[in-house]
Amino acid sequence: MDLQFTAEEDAFRYELRAWLGTAIASMPVQPQRDDWTARRRYDAAWQRMLFDAGYAGINWPREFGGRGATPTEHLIFLEETERARAPYVGQNFVGLLHAGPTLIAEATPDQKAFHLPGILTGEHIWCQGFSEPSAGSDLASLSCRAMRDGDDYVINGQKIWTSFGHTADYCEMLVRTDSDVPKHRGISWLIVPMGLPGMDVRPLRTMEGSTEFCEVFFDEVRVPVANRVGAENDGWRVTMVTLSFERGTAFISEMLQSMELARDLAELAKRITRNGATAWDDAGLRRDIGRICAELDALWALTKRNVSQAQRTGVVGPGGNVFKLAYAELRQRLGDLAMHLLDRASLSVDDIGDLPSGEHVHGRIHALSLGIAAGTSQVQRNIIAERILGLPKDR
Amino acid sequence: MDFELDDDERSLQDGIRSFLAGRYPMTAVRAHEETGAAVDRDLWRALADVGVFSLRADGFGMTETALAFEELGRALANGPLVASHLAAGTTSALVGGAGDGTRIVGLVEPSEPVTVIEHLASLDDLLVVRDDGVFLVDPGSVVSTPVAHPLDALTPISVVSSLPTGEQLGGAELSASLRRDGMVLTSALQLGVCLATIDLARDYALQREQFGRPIGQFQAVKHMMADMLTKAEVTRAAVYAAAVHLDGRGDDADVAQVVRAAKVLAGDSALFCAKTCIQVHGGMGFTWEVDAQRYWKRACVLDTQFGNSDHHAAAFAAAL
Repeated sequence: MDLQFTAEEDAFRYELRAWLGTAIASMPVQPQRDDWTARRRYDAAWQRMLFDAGYAGINWPREFGGRGATPTEHLIFLEETERARAPYVGQNFVGLLHAGPTLIAEATPDQKAFHLPGILTGEHIWCQGFSEPSAGSDLASLSCRAMRDGDDYVINGQKIWTSFGHTADYCEMLVRTDSDVPKHRGISWLIVPMGLPGMDVRPLRTMEGSTEFCEVFFDEVRVPVANRVGAENDGWRVTMVTLSFERGTAFISEMLQSMELARDLAELAKRITRNGATAWDDAGLRRDIGRICAELDALWALTKRNVSQAQRTGVVGPGGNVFKLAYAELRQRLGDLAMHLLDRASLSVDDIGDLPSGEHVHGRIHALSLGIAAGTSQVQRNIIAERILGLPKDR
Repeated sequence: MDFELDDDERSLQDGIRSFLAGRYPMTAVRAHEETGAAVDRDLWRALADVGVFSLRADGFGMTETALAFEELGRALANGPLVASHLAAGTTSALVGGAGDGTRIVGLVEPSEPVTVIEHLASLDDLLVVRDDGVFLVDPGSVVSTPVAHPLDALTPISVVSSLPTGEQLGGAELSASLRRDGMVLTSALQLGVCLATIDLARDYALQREQFGRPIGQFQAVKHMMADMLTKAEVTRAAVYAAAVHLDGRGDDADVAQVVRAAKVLAGDSALFCAKTCIQVHGGMGFTWEVDAQRYWKRACVLDTQFGNSDHHAAAFAAAL
């Protein structure tokens, strides 16, 4: 067991760091949160720079245009990009981390040849049409219907939580193609071009005040059967294949930000005064900050265990669920602590006075989504109890 | 980077685990309690024979040692395990005979409101660790009173009224290194407590039926146990990270913080897991018979050794 990087891993890191040093300097100013035209241009520009430098699709196999990096190199990539304050994947998230890997595993040669380059270069933005108003944690109960009509599927229904639905070019979509079989067996996976007749995309305003997500309505939308990936009614398995691509790296960028934010909190506490003393003079607060920082460091060590596991076996295993659950809870505690420290300065979502309070407040709001998105904490607990501890299913 | 056990580490850990399962099963633990919990010298020598005290003196690292101590914690092994291992030293012995188990060595850090020594009646030697140095004291010269009802029946304690100075073995540096190593080994014992309580709770949740089904089928029970496992796995990462850092195979320059993090996580998690294990057992969890209480009491003892989780959380913050 060790936590040291090999000479090859160090070489990868320093080459990347050198490139980032010049690349970041040439990046334009980050656009406003709700200026989606500018955000799309910005994310695409960054992806193109990665592509030109050979870092696009860092974990994709080389034969499909990726870098073929190991899980450890992927971890280093995320560490270095975060350290350099480089943009995160942004709107390329679904394409690079979900749709692309699924296409690599399950698509036809023609589908791959057309779609993979567009994802790698940042030319095509993808969104995800999985969840529905009545199919959240119970995703397989989805009912958005695709009826066969000659060489087309005709889609009717609704999707929700479609990230970047209003900027995307393509949607990876799960549809019901058979209602007369058990729910997991009547689902198909489709590539759906956005903007087709009969599609209505409505941005959904979250409690953060921004519009990353959309609702998408389908009224007699026609999609060629050739856009299906995998066999008809085999879409659930195709989706599970996507999930198996997770290598323990999913939350690394965010995790590193939280670790930095927790340490910033100590600095903030030293600046904030009340009743003639600094907040840092409060032993209880200091202990809370110390405990949260220690737990974040431990979770970072767990990340490295998960990545090591993925490097050895190709799959992250149950450690991924453990991480997700622990991180969601810890991030919320960090946010709560920041809000208490800021007290009435936490009542603005932007910086207030001369305090860097905005990122703490924004982070606290964001943390509320962590226990819900990508499998609620309750679903994570069920998975841990049933798949790791072997407790019986409640059915 | 490969932060996962290699084959040698795994087989060493498996070896210690099967030795303990054969030589010190839970039936023996409970019987030991009935006979006063004095350290069993035969068992002590048997532990020495499998290398528990001399691993590092024999050239192994803190990583292997922590893996062995995880198993000792899981098996609820009693006696001054960490102290005797520290006394056996690395390059040279601090106390002769500690490594081969012929001498049982205890350790105390004078504390407030009371100074308490574990297993005093069984000790051949006592290490007194103070900020300014480490001192060797004859246990017979300590003026103390045995406690009639120790919280952990397997860990007899005595309250000290007078502690002789003893012979100085080293200065502040030795004191700091014993504390640091002691924190990691104690964390490993606490990790073992977490893992043992998860097994206990799972066995019970699968077998105990209410409302016509095993209680492990209820989400309320599942979620408690998922939280146990989650805390245990995060703790495992912290403890292994600390051990690997002490062996010079880490990536964080601030080793002291890595060690503190391990003790914070291990202290909180052992108490949480043991407490939750009792809750999963319902009424039976509150009985003397079920081992859940033994682990909870041991978790209480271990948290107080080498500084509790609150102490180290504060120390972690102070070093930020």
